[in-house]
Amino acid sequence: MNRFALFLMALPLMAASQTTVIRNATVLTVTKGTFQGSILIRDGKIVEAGEKVLVPDGARVIDAGGQFVMPGIIDCHSHIAADSINEGAVAVSSMVGIEDVINPDDPDIYRALAGGVTTANILHGSANPIGGKCQVMKMRWGKDAEGLKFEGAMPGIKFALGENVKRSGSPGNGFGASPGLRYPATRMGVEDVIREAFTEARAYQKEWRDYQAKVDRHEQAVPPRRDLKLEPLVEVLEGKRYVHAHCYRADEILMLLHVADDFGFRIRTLQHVLEGYKVAKEIADHGTGASTFSDWWAYKAEAFDAIPYNAAIMVRKGVLVSLNSDSAELMRHLNTEAAKAMKYGGLNETEALSLVTINPAKQLGVENRVGSIEPGKDADLTIYDKHPLSNYAKVEKVFIDGELYFDREKDLEERPGKEARKKALIDKLKAQEKKERKKPEPAEDKKSEEPGGAQ
Amino acid sequence: MKTGAALLAVLLTVVSLRAAGPDSFLLRGATVHPVSGPDISDGSVLVRDGKIVEVGAHIAAPKGVRVIELKGLHIYPGMIDSDTEIGLTEIGAVREMSDISDIGLFKPQLRAATAVNPASEHIPVTRANGITAVVTSPGGGIVAGQSVLMHLNGWTMEDMAVRAPAAMRLEFPNIRVPGRFGGGGETPGRGSAYAEAKKRYEQQLQELNDFMESARRYRQAKMAAGPGFETDLKLEAMIPVLDGKLPILIRAEKEKAIKEAIAFADKQQVHMILERGEEAWKVAAQLKAHNIPVVLPPTLRLPDEEDQPYDKPFSIPGELSKAGVKFAFASFGPGADDNPRNLPYEAAAAVGFGLPQEEALKAVTLYAAQIWGAGDEIGSIEKGKWADLIVTDGDPLETRTQIKQMFIKGAPVDLENKHHRLYEKYLAR
Repeated sequence: MNRFALFLMALPLMAASQTTVIRNATVLTVTKGTFQGSILIRDGKIVEAGEKVLVPDGARVIDAGGQFVMPGIIDCHSHIAADSINEGAVAVSSMVGIEDVINPDDPDIYRALAGGVTTANILHGSANPIGGKCQVMKMRWGKDAEGLKFEGAMPGIKFALGENVKRSGSPGNGFGASPGLRYPATRMGVEDVIREAFTEARAYQKEWRDYQAKVDRHEQAVPPRRDLKLEPLVEVLEGKRYVHAHCYRADEILMLLHVADDFGFRIRTLQHVLEGYKVAKEIADHGTGASTFSDWWAYKAEAFDAIPYNAAIMVRKGVLVSLNSDSAELMRHLNTEAAKAMKYGGLNETEALSLVTINPAKQLGVENRVGSIEPGKDADLTIYDKHPLSNYAKVEKVFIDGELYFDREKDLEERPGKEARKKALIDKLKAQEKKERKKPEPAEDKKSEEPGGAQ
Repeated sequence: MKTGAALLAVLLTVVSLRAAGPDSFLLRGATVHPVSGPDISDGSVLVRDGKIVEVGAHIAAPKGVRVIELKGLHIYPGMIDSDTEIGLTEIGAVREMSDISDIGLFKPQLRAATAVNPASEHIPVTRANGITAVVTSPGGGIVAGQSVLMHLNGWTMEDMAVRAPAAMRLEFPNIRVPGRFGGGGETPGRGSAYAEAKKRYEQQLQELNDFMESARRYRQAKMAAGPGFETDLKLEAMIPVLDGKLPILIRAEKEKAIKEAIAFADKQQVHMILERGEEAWKVAAQLKAHNIPVVLPPTLRLPDEEDQPYDKPFSIPGELSKAGVKFAFASFGPGADDNPRNLPYEAAAAVGFGLPQEEALKAVTLYAAQIWGAGDEIGSIEKGKWADLIVTDGDPLETRTQIKQMFIKGAPVDLENKHHRLYEKYLAR
C-alpha cells in the first residue's frame, strides 16, 4: 500500500524532451569553476552553462535566485535497491550479480535522490574474496529495474579482503547461508583464493582462445563449456570489467596490487581503503582509484588506524579519490561528508566537491556522461538552497537526464493527500478486519497459525 | 559553627587568591557566544581557578593575569554529547574491548564511572572537534546501570566526573518482533512471533514493577533499621532514584512505549529523562506537561517508517522545540556513523528543517547541562561556571569550522590526537 503511494509521487515531474533553463543560480561546475549564471538543458543534456545564456522560446524557466546548482552526487559504494547483497556460501561468488536482484520500489532510492544523489554503484557484499557483479544505477525513481540501470556504464565486480572475508573461516561467524567453516580464515588465505581463481580464469581464457583460433583456421572445434564463475574474471583479465575491492589495511592493499600486477590487470578502485594513506604512493603508482569513508573508525580492529585525513592525504599523493556512503543514511548527505575533507587535511572547495562528483564518475568510467556541469553531459543536477558544503543546506530540486525527479516543494504539497490516502486504506482494512472477526471461530484459529502474519 | 564557616570562607578566599597566578587568564578580542545570553563582539572572558569569573565587552586584565588575544575568533562553551559509549568501548567489534552490556535484566549497581578508560583514544579524538563533556551509559537488560557525565580531560575519573552518577539507565520493555536481519521492530501483527514477544514484554513489565516495589520496601526496611536487615547492592542502588535525587534515563522509542514510560515514571514518582524517543513528536504535549526532557536519537538517520516523509528525522527537533519540549542531541557513539565528534552535525541537520540555529546550539551545550542536572556548572559562558571553552574560527555546527583552542575546567587542553599524529606521520612519508 505504501509502495503504491510512493510510486505515484515518483513519476517524473517534468518531461525530458522539454527545454529548460535554470537561471540566477550560483553554478558549481566542479571542473570549470563557479559562476553566477544559467544552465540550458535540452533533450536530457546540458547544452550550455554560463553567466549569460539566451532563453529559447517556449523553454521552461526555473529561477534559482540565491540557490546553488552542482552536478548530481555520485556514490561509488552503495547497497540500496538490492533485494540481497551477499552470496556467502562460497569464497568466489562471481557467478552472481546485483543486476538480477534490483528492487526499484526501495524507498531508499527516493531518499538518496532527496539527498542530491543521481548515480550510485550498487555493490555485492563483502563476504567473499571475490564477490558478485556490481550495477551502476541512476536514481530514476519510478522507473523499473531496467530503467534504473546506467546504460553503457562499464560492468564491475566486488572483491573483498580482511576481516569480513576471514570471518566465515571462524566457527559461528559466517555470513548468510554459509554452513560451518569456509576457507579462508587468514589474510594469507585471502590472497591464495584470489590467485587460485585467476589461475583458473587464465586456463579458461586459454581454452576459449584455442577454440577461437581453431574456428578461425576453419578447423573442427568443440566449444568449451561455459563457466559463469570464471567468465567475469576473464573479463577482468581483458580489461572489460572493473574491480572494486573492499579493503582496510595497508598490507592487504599492497597484496592485492601485487596480485593484479602479476595477472596483468588493474584494480579500478579500492573501496573503504581506510589505511590507504599509509601506502598512497603505491596506490597512485598502480593507477588505482580510492573510494573511502570520510571519518568512520574503530568499529572493528582493521578500522582502528582509520583517520579522517585519509582522503586528503591520498589526494595530495596523486590518487584519484572519492567519498562513498555504504549506507542508505549517509548517502543522503555526501555533500557535507565532502566538507570534512576540507576540515581534515585542508582540501579546497573544488577538491572537496570533486570527491563526490567528477572523481567517482571517473572511477566508474562514466565521466564523459556525468560528474560535472559541462555542455554535452547528462543534465544530472542538484539544486540546494545554500552552499552544498554547509550543514544548513538542503536539496530543493534534482534533475536526472533533464527530468525533474525530486522537487521539495512538490513533496511537501503532496503530503496531506498521501496521509489522507493512507488513512483511507487503513480504515478500509480495519473495517474489513472487523467484519472478519464476526465470522465463526475456526477461521480465526487458522489465521493465527500463519507464520509471519505481521509482515 | 558560624565562626568555623566564616574561617573556612576566609581560608578558601586565600587559597583561591594564591592560586590566581598561573591558572588565571583573560581571553580577549573574540566574539563571545555565551549561549545563555546575547553574543558579545570584541568580548572577553576572565578565568580563575578553572572557573569563569567575568564575561563582558571590556574587562581589564587584573595584574599578573596572562592575556590571550583572540582577535577574529569566536569563543563558545564546550559541547556536551548526551549519549556515548566513550571509555567503555574502544573497538566496537572486539568483545574484549567493550564494557557496555553485562549479563542480567536488573543491574542498577553497575556504574559506568568505574569502568571508563581515561586513556581511551576516543577521548582526544572526540574533544578535538569541540566536545568537552559526554554522558557515557551502560546498556542491555532492563535496568542497565548508572550513567556518568564526565569531562573529556583528566588522569582519572576523579578528575573527569561532573556527575557520577548522572542517571540510572532503564531500557523500557517493549514488544520486539525479530526482524529480517535479526534486528528488532515494534510492529504489531497477528503471527505467533508477535504473541510470544507480547508475552515476553508483559512479563518484563511485571518484573520491572516488582523490582521497583522491592526497592521501595527495601528502602522502608533500611529506614526502619530493624534486626535482620541485610544489605542488597541492587536495591541499595535504587534508593537515590526513589528519593528523586537521581534521574532515571528511560529508553523508549515508539509512541506506545513512551506513553507507558511516562505513566511508569508518574506512578513511581521518579524524575525521568526520555532517551531516543523516535516518536517523541507524537507525545510532545504530554512530555511538555510532565516536564520530561528528551535525549534525541540521531538526527542523521533514515525515516523510522517506510512511508514517513524523507525529511522526518530532520524536522522532529524543530517540531519538539515549537512544542516547548526541552531536548539535547546525542551521537550514541563511538561507532561508525555515530562518531561523537560529529555531535554538532546532528544538531546542524535540524536547522535547515525548522530548528532555529540558536536552539540547535543550546541543545548541544546549555540544555544538555540542564538535563543532566549540571546547568549551574557547565553548558554556557557564565560567571561561576567551569571554564569549558572552545575557541573557533566560526560556527561550531558547521563542518568547515576549525577548533583552535580548548579549555576544560580552565586548563588548556591539547587538541593533538591519534588521527592527527598519523596524518603528520604519513603525509611526510
